[in-house]
Amino acid sequence: MKARVEVMLKDGVLDPQGEAVRHALGAMGFAGVDGVRQGKLIELDLADGDPAAAEAQIREMCEKLLANTVIESYRILVDAG
Amino acid sequence: MKAAVVVFPGSNCDRDLATALRVAGAEVAMVWHKDTALPAGTDLVGLPGGFSFGDYLRCGAIAARAPICAAVAEHAARGGYVLGICNGFQVLTETGLLPGALMRNRALKYICRTVPLTVATADSAFTAGYASGARIALPIAHHDGSYAADPDTLARLTGEGRVAFAYDDNPNGSVADIAGILSDNRRVLGMMPHPERAADPAHGNTDGARLFAGLVETLAAAPA
Repeated sequence: MKARVEVMLKDGVLDPQGEAVRHALGAMGFAGVDGVRQGKLIELDLADGDPAAAEAQIREMCEKLLANTVIESYRILVDAG
Repeated sequence: MKAAVVVFPGSNCDRDLATALRVAGAEVAMVWHKDTALPAGTDLVGLPGGFSFGDYLRCGAIAARAPICAAVAEHAARGGYVLGICNGFQVLTETGLLPGALMRNRALKYICRTVPLTVATADSAFTAGYASGARIALPIAHHDGSYAADPDTLARLTGEGRVAFAYDDNPNGSVADIAGILSDNRRVLGMMPHPERAADPAHGNTDGARLFAGLVETLAAAPA
């Protein structure tokens, strides 16, 4: 079973890397890019089991290690297929 | 005064920190990150600078979950002293022993130079060797030193006089020019500048020596 965790800086937390990417896109001639936020994608390869239990376990992983909830939010996507 | 300096894989200021503490009069033991207990009678834990665990995931994130950090948290909960410098400060925010977080420098560059600072409070064992408001200079060397905290945390830090050091010329985008902060019991200090790199005449700057001298003197006089 595969699962993905998206970790993003919370809204309102300045993302200087995203800003640098936005400036670069503008300099390359891509118009209309009002904002860029850069985050992390963590892929987990899990032993097969109950998707709901897996999600609960991943949530604990996020709270304890994968995200720093002072500045980051996370989203869990469990692919049961 | 007994100090324990924690060594993580990737620490690179551990021996500098131990030397600065020894010169100031402390008895120093080195502690490995896999250890589960601090040496008996430890007064101060030093978390050194460096790149623990290669800065993977987030600076200090993996070190903060190392076995020794549970013992450091217990030590702090008992009222023990903890000094985290640079990566050590990042470890302290990641463990939750200090509030806020250290983020990528505003200009996205690694900065390695000596910067002017103000000692914002002398009311701690760490800053007792300085006058409040003293202007000093210490080296910084970091890529992720921009201190961030939510407005409530920031109001508490400033209101309770828990900003220990402030940048005179903010190099990294830290909120409120914060270079170092104290815990609510004023016994845990995290700071991005490196006092241990400015503690010997051969360093060309001894502004950091008073931190260690004041700390050892205060702790020796009034053991926890």
